[in-house]
Amino acid sequence: MHSSIVYALSLGEPYGFQFFRNGTLVALIAGGLCGLLGVFVVLRGMSYIGHGLSHAVFGGAAASAVMNFNYFIGAGIWGVVSGVLIGRIARRRIIGADAAIGVVTTASFALGLALLNRYGQAKRSIEAVLFGSVLGVKNSDIIAVLVVAVLATVVIVLGYRKFLFSTFDPEVAEVSGVKVSLMEAALMVMLSLTILVTMRVIGTLLISALLVIPAATARMLTNRFSRMLWISPLIGAASAFLGMNVAYHTNTSASAMIILVGAAAFTCVYFGSGVRGRRRMASFGHL
Amino acid sequence: MKVAEKDVLVHCHHVTCAYGDVAVVNDVNFTLHRGEFAGIVGPSGSGKTTLLKAVLGSIKPVHGSIDMLKGLRLGYVPQVESVDWNFPVTVLEVIVMTRGEKKWWPRITTAERAAAEDVLVQLGLGGLSGRHIRELSGGQQQRVFVARALFHTPDILVLDEPTSGVDVRTRHEVLHLLADLHDAGMSVLLTTHDLNGLAAHLPRLICLNKEIVADGSPREVLVPDVLEKLYGAPMHVLEHGGMPVVLDHSENPMVGRFGGKAV
Repeated sequence: MHSSIVYALSLGEPYGFQFFRNGTLVALIAGGLCGLLGVFVVLRGMSYIGHGLSHAVFGGAAASAVMNFNYFIGAGIWGVVSGVLIGRIARRRIIGADAAIGVVTTASFALGLALLNRYGQAKRSIEAVLFGSVLGVKNSDIIAVLVVAVLATVVIVLGYRKFLFSTFDPEVAEVSGVKVSLMEAALMVMLSLTILVTMRVIGTLLISALLVIPAATARMLTNRFSRMLWISPLIGAASAFLGMNVAYHTNTSASAMIILVGAAAFTCVYFGSGVRGRRRMASFGHL
Repeated sequence: MKVAEKDVLVHCHHVTCAYGDVAVVNDVNFTLHRGEFAGIVGPSGSGKTTLLKAVLGSIKPVHGSIDMLKGLRLGYVPQVESVDWNFPVTVLEVIVMTRGEKKWWPRITTAERAAAEDVLVQLGLGGLSGRHIRELSGGQQQRVFVARALFHTPDILVLDEPTSGVDVRTRHEVLHLLADLHDAGMSVLLTTHDLNGLAAHLPRLICLNKEIVADGSPREVLVPDVLEKLYGAPMHVLEHGGMPVVLDHSENPMVGRFGGKAV
């Protein structure tokens, strides 16, 4: 009896700290947001794009930190420029889009690393972008992730059928009057914004996992797109919340714990849902 | 006989389509009227799908023009093989996808559900609306996509290779379904390379090998001359039950044994 009260008190202990409350709030929203966008990332086979974008943005984040420039503007511009470059290189059709993403984003990532080595004074904030940090969460981070989460939810709810149609069957959607390229551009913008606002908390190296794990887990649990759209954010948010708490009590990296909790959920569902769920997974040839 | 202009659904006027410098469809002219049931036939790489996509508007011709009836509604059924059968959608979700009315909440309304259920019953798919698309038989899968096209209340149904990658039973189902829809007044345009299984049963065939080789009824166009131009190889045509049957081996040793008469 006594020990369980102590235990319950210790569970509540981290919430006495402002940094933890802020960190958990941001992680919770970021987990939900990544879960939401992850549905499209997984179903459209865009996981490599998410991976690439986060690496490209890292270069911009590092440069912004070195030059003492606002992170959101600096990394945002950098992300857009990388996206345009990838598009231009891929359009020449001499090399494939995957190779173009590989060249541009890893070069950008390498530049970020070089800056990290050369300019030690900015090291901490660059490292935060690389591995994610909940310690340095500012009010502006909370506002940014909240704004993007609300924006993405509104856009996806309003354009639900068009997003579904152009994801499932782009050719017929185009013929039926859906502007598929516009829907794709909207998804890319939302994905970029998501990476931009969640990267400082989750980290460049782990963000793509948060874009994939909740959605892949949700896919095994349901055969309906509409249900995936709320199950996946729920799994993302729950993983983030649990991961934050586990990280505090085990004194480990919060972003690593968030991904590990998500991966554990994935594993449980994978084995728990049996052959049926695993067959649903077969659709993700790219994972 | 002069046909009223309102009955012309699609009119291709010297249409040429190309990928880069290579013309895939060359100087094609044809007119499709309301109530027609026509198939574009030809070998692989003959430009069938390209011409179909030009009609659908997803490829712009480099020369010529395609005139459509004003406000023409197209119901497009893609190839079964191009569908991602693992995608998480139910039959109902697939069918209502085409309706993108301005609504702030994406839920399927009772009216939409009822309308979709009507189309499903019409196509013999009643009670399957809650199923995942993978849980259907081949014929049912094909019909779901026809149902989606019909739900869009089209003036014309456009199908790309409706019998490719399906078994014999499904091919029969598809053929009967399309014939029934045509009897009920629907205009149909499809592509196929299946001469005996599908093309021979259609009222009108447009034989395409980059350009139009022949245009007419199966009896008129499924003849050795046309087929040789179309496929670049001599072919025999037999008659079975009043319908032409194409043999794709000119020196088929079985012809004599079955006592078939080469036309």
